[in-house]
Amino acid sequence: MSDLTRTVTVDRDLLVAYAAASGDQNPIHQDAEVARSVGLPDVIAHGMWTMGAALELVTDHVGGDPGRILSCQTRFTGMVVVPEGRSVEVLVEGVVTKTDPEAGTETLELTATCAGEKVLGRCQAVVRTGGADA
Amino acid sequence: MSVNPDFAGREYPPAGPFEVTADQITAFADAVGATGAAHRDPAAAQDLGYADVVAPPTFAVRLAQQCEAQLVQDPQAGIDFSRVVHGQEGFVHHRPIVAGDALTGTLHVDTIREAGGHGMVATRVELTDAQGGAVTTVTSTIVVRGEG
Repeated sequence: MSDLTRTVTVDRDLLVAYAAASGDQNPIHQDAEVARSVGLPDVIAHGMWTMGAALELVTDHVGGDPGRILSCQTRFTGMVVVPEGRSVEVLVEGVVTKTDPEAGTETLELTATCAGEKVLGRCQAVVRTGGADA
Repeated sequence: MSVNPDFAGREYPPAGPFEVTADQITAFADAVGATGAAHRDPAAAQDLGYADVVAPPTFAVRLAQQCEAQLVQDPQAGIDFSRVVHGQEGFVHHRPIVAGDALTGTLHVDTIREAGGHGMVATRVELTDAQGGAVTTVTSTIVVRGEG
């Protein structure tokens, strides 16, 4: 078992950059007025930003080779609220929950919390352990 | 339920091809805080055995969401985008995405069901490369919040 943690920070500028990089220009991730008009407390981060940021822990775990991440999945259980002019921290923790030497794989379970609330649920990745041949 | 259940089981014509560039990969990596050299330095990617810079594990969402737009933006499907929240997302990587790929995505609507007054729409996008090889399977569930 290995324990991994990472804190990532997000602000409005980063959400604008993620919107451009992902093509997801939904205004609830950039415009507080629009976000509030649909019942949200403020601008929220894209769930996929949070998932992408959390998975960097896994990429690190496999030596920076994203090709060793065979699958990953998550549920979106909470919101990362990003007020104007503020940096918001998301704490990501990971643990290896299963190793399968025969298949050459490991399963990692991740949690991500923001302001004490769990924002990703059942976040899991399966990675290839060692060996260079894909 | 406002979402049209007749769309369940539907398969859309392939969308794309989407050209994947090194700049797209690096911009995506920057935005999610993926700091690895393999996302931005071709030599580092080649050391790992890739032809060019390699995408972070959720990069395929950029392509999948363009395919999903065929459903979400279809008035007949009855999806009110202002009421949509993202329920879950999953990726199965058959091989990593690298700069220079030209990927095509085929959208499948796997299930549409109602739960607690909300519409739950589960989709799957199969991304394939120019040779027809499987690259990534992207699954997504969106929740269309009920009016009540």
